[in-house]
Amino acid sequence: MEPVLKLRAAVALLGQFPVLAGIDLEVSDGERVLLEGPNGAGKTSLLRTCAGLIPVTSGTALVLSCDLATDRRSVRPLVGLLAHTTGLYDDLTPVENIRFWADACRADPDDAVAAMDRVALATRLRSIPTSRLSTGQRRRVSLAAMIVRRPRLWLLDEPHAGLDADGRDLIDSLIGEAAASGATVLFASHDLDRATSVASRVVTIAGGVVTADTAAALPSGRPEGPGHVA
Amino acid sequence: MLRDALMICRRDLRIERRSRVTFNHVLPFVLTVVMLFAFALDADTTMLRRASGGLFWVAVLFASNTITQRSAAIDRPDGIPDALRLSSLSAPGMFLGKSAALFIQLTLTEVVLAAAIIVSYDVRFEGIALILMSIPLATISVAAVGSIYGPLAAGFQGRESILPLLMLPVLAPVLLAATNSFGVAFGTTVGPGWRWVALLGMLSAIYVVAGMATASALIEET
Repeated sequence: MEPVLKLRAAVALLGQFPVLAGIDLEVSDGERVLLEGPNGAGKTSLLRTCAGLIPVTSGTALVLSCDLATDRRSVRPLVGLLAHTTGLYDDLTPVENIRFWADACRADPDDAVAAMDRVALATRLRSIPTSRLSTGQRRRVSLAAMIVRRPRLWLLDEPHAGLDADGRDLIDSLIGEAAASGATVLFASHDLDRATSVASRVVTIAGGVVTADTAAALPSGRPEGPGHVA
Repeated sequence: MLRDALMICRRDLRIERRSRVTFNHVLPFVLTVVMLFAFALDADTTMLRRASGGLFWVAVLFASNTITQRSAAIDRPDGIPDALRLSSLSAPGMFLGKSAALFIQLTLTEVVLAAAIIVSYDVRFEGIALILMSIPLATISVAAVGSIYGPLAAGFQGRESILPLLMLPVLAPVLLAATNSFGVAFGTTVGPGWRWVALLGMLSAIYVVAGMATASALIEET
């Protein structure tokens, strides 16, 4: 079976700077891969590259069978990216935001309410301008906007950041549900204690390359991913 | 593509309805311009009448600067450019939607401006058909050029001054043609009014096609 993500000596440049400097990584269906590493290691760049937002200038980069080196736009509708920023319109309400993004991604806008229920966004918050929401509430709205598009590859950049304890638990359960439904999750985090308990595999990145790749120590009963030592 | 255009247009108008930039800032501005010219030229209604066509379109171009900046600012903040790139929206559809929303806001502004000029400057119509054709054609050009240059300028520091520097030279032929067409329609100049309308039609087609052709690059690079 073809891997969801296959990078071989992939180089990605931002201007003249190689944010990915010949990275090798292969991820299979249903894996929950934690990307860890110091600030500036290339975690966010890797996620953005996988989303087709940063061009791959050399090497092989296949994501969901799309060749990022030749046509990175084709992968974009297939992935969901939860970035540091929320990607929400301040003057629209959470419902309007989620419906708009669902519509823009050819998903069903009627799923918006179910998505907000899933991220436990209080009903009273759904019809006020998004600008009035707290950082954590906005994060939940962006998460709902991502869920509603039903991506095959989840790309989460510091998904626990800005969330309260319930919110962090919610992220953990969503990652588990996504993987159980056949989606693949790639997420970057500095909250290693929590993140490693969710991941099936931990990939360490430094200087734009993979420096370690290990199976996560999973709680009993959780299926183990196909990680290996690099 | 048309579905995407409709979505973007509705979203921009909804945001405008909430933020009320056109209503609270642009309309008072254009009314003030009309009043100031009336004060400056005082009782010389002949002069006012002769200048009314040019004044109308200069006021529209200045107003379009504010409306365009607001329109471009909607898609700038907080990860929205990336979210748009990740969506399935077609780039030409997004361009058409932004242009349509700008067109509607500009038309609203023009209606108020025209009413103020008619009342204040004692304008008489001798060619209403010319006016009814000139306004939408010129407005399409202004909206299309605004949708091209608005996102470009929004990425720069000092965008408030860069946008008019980019837009106004490109819109100079529109100003010329629309002003002359209005002059003929108001009976203040003589000439081939319909030729100016034809020029407006040609310009609007060029700007719309150029905008659709460059939309994808604009979305990727801005």
